[in-house]
Amino acid sequence: MTQPHHRIARRFAELKAAGRAGLIPFISAGDPGYEASLETLLALPEAGADLIELGMPFTDPVADGPSVQAASLRALKAGQTLARTLDMVRALRQHDATTPLILMGYYNPIHRMGSERFLEEAVEAGVDGLIVVDLPPEHDEEFAVPARTHGIDVIRLATPTTDARRLPRVLHNASGFLYYVSSNGVTGGAAPSVAGVEAELAAIRRHTALPIGVGFGIRTPEQAERIARFADAVVVGSVLTDAVGEADRPQAGVRRVVELTRGLAEAVRGARKARTVAT
Amino acid sequence: MGLSHPLADTAPDADGFFGRFGGRFVAETLMPLILDLQEAYEAAKRDPAFHAELDTLRRDYIGRESPLYHAERLSDHLGGARIYLKREDLMHTGAHKINNCIGQVLLARRMGKRRIIAETGAGMHGVATATVAARFGMECIIYMGSVDIDRQQANVHRMRLLGARVIPVTSGAGTLKDAMNDAMRDWVTHVDNTFYIIGTVAGPHPYPAMVRDFQSVIGREAREQLQAKEGRLPDSLVACIGGGSNAMGLFHPFLEDQSVRLIGVEAAGEGLNTGKHAASLQGGSPGVLHGNRTFLLQSSDGQIQDAHSISAGLDYPGIGPEHAWLHESGRGEYVAIDDAEALAAFQALCRLEGIIPALESSHAIAHAIRWAPSLPDDHLMVINLSGRGDKDMDTVTRHLADELAD
Repeated sequence: MTQPHHRIARRFAELKAAGRAGLIPFISAGDPGYEASLETLLALPEAGADLIELGMPFTDPVADGPSVQAASLRALKAGQTLARTLDMVRALRQHDATTPLILMGYYNPIHRMGSERFLEEAVEAGVDGLIVVDLPPEHDEEFAVPARTHGIDVIRLATPTTDARRLPRVLHNASGFLYYVSSNGVTGGAAPSVAGVEAELAAIRRHTALPIGVGFGIRTPEQAERIARFADAVVVGSVLTDAVGEADRPQAGVRRVVELTRGLAEAVRGARKARTVAT
Repeated sequence: MGLSHPLADTAPDADGFFGRFGGRFVAETLMPLILDLQEAYEAAKRDPAFHAELDTLRRDYIGRESPLYHAERLSDHLGGARIYLKREDLMHTGAHKINNCIGQVLLARRMGKRRIIAETGAGMHGVATATVAARFGMECIIYMGSVDIDRQQANVHRMRLLGARVIPVTSGAGTLKDAMNDAMRDWVTHVDNTFYIIGTVAGPHPYPAMVRDFQSVIGREAREQLQAKEGRLPDSLVACIGGGSNAMGLFHPFLEDQSVRLIGVEAAGEGLNTGKHAASLQGGSPGVLHGNRTFLLQSSDGQIQDAHSISAGLDYPGIGPEHAWLHESGRGEYVAIDDAEALAAFQALCRLEGIIPALESSHAIAHAIRWAPSLPDDHLMVINLSGRGDKDMDTVTRHLADELAD
């Protein structure tokens, strides 16, 4: 089981010891351009990111809403490639040896590069986990199993449609943490029902000891704080990609994303302390 | 070779693979849905009541069987081959698309789904979907690229008259691929009550096999009809290919008849070497999109490239996985016809046979025009005339005016 980096397991152990949830901000690699995106990535740990989810841009991101779609297209237009996304990870690792980095994206660019070559380069660059949205457990043999032999965690998604019959299949080759998709739909959609998500997580925890991160539809520090009371991590994406899209200059986008991350991190860190006082 | 031999009854395998193509490459949210769909479809296939209702609707609502018409003047004009046209253009809604829609809407009803969604390119699948939704009293939402909405106005009006909501898709190039993206996003958001009627032999398993099965009525009829008229099997079958449903429907009942050549005609757009085409097999490479592994138009970095064709229905950067398999194994032969050749064939069929074909089907006719003169007189060729051309009047008029102006 022991793998080379294990940054993800270590980070969740630290969070557990500290008695708080973690924040996982998402940015799209190369959005709005390589330099600004890299600057943002390097600033995220200091701004309060406990783990980082870095999007690998794809022309046809069918599980994403308008905000992440637009971010992907901005990045591609600016010349982002899978090779440059791996370069960003290498650059991060020169400054930061401990923050877990998860690449999120779709299978085709990886398929085109060749899974084996991609996995070798990802390990060498310092990638800890992978979310490949359109690779369900049915295709584990061709990707998830090789990824794990390379020591990379394959982060599985469980969703409101994942029933008791399906869950064991989803958990079978899962490692690192489990990503709970808090509402049916695409990223950046409606805010989840907090009580519903809490009940779902309690049900899932009966089947796995993996930490659980919750994402989809979480935009504000208030929402993040409520989820962080019971989840092990909170993933926030569309509000950050919106900030990049709305900025009039790349530098303004960098500042805004860092600022939003700080606010979200503060809310997530204070969530369980606030619990006795709030509500 | 290492390539499995295409056999009608053994493909796809349990995981939806035709050789290395196909599969179920979808987000986890959709997995339980496509597994449910597969189960429901398998149950329906075993249920005689399902087949009985489908047969009745085919006969009385769609107007099947479609004629197999000997195109005598076209054959004489070309000077080789006896050419037959399988007249899907005469079916209700004007194309083969309804064969599939009627099957899927019956399945939707069995599964208790009341909300139907679909993507459409030229609008023919959208019209067929809106038609069956109206017939069964279901809510209907059609995703259509904004560029296609502009070039296929008449079909947009038809869908609205039939009670469907047509949602313009502005992302990407605003064509069929982008419409399919948004339909999948809708599906993932409305999982409880929604049935997605995919219009071609693509998408996650079981769609490629299911759509093929519903379209195979074309090939089964053609086989019997030609037997009655000529007393033998055809020598060649010719059909146009976007996603490939009309071709797969014609080819499938003949897969094991090795003497029958299966010829798929892709859209070469402005030419295969211009980069502006829709020929995924001849100008693309294997990849994963919209739930299946197949041939795709893509960059060296795995980004999907826009397809180009004068015909909106062929304007798709992928192709059904079974065609990818037939192509790789050599059982199918795939050729390409450009916009200009398709337009010329469109005009030829109008004048020689008094039939106005869809621009999509004109690609198949164009291949016959190119090929038939070199064939012996007794070569039996069946071309799938997959749709009628009324929807293409504006496009054709515009292009012919440009030609005259040149």
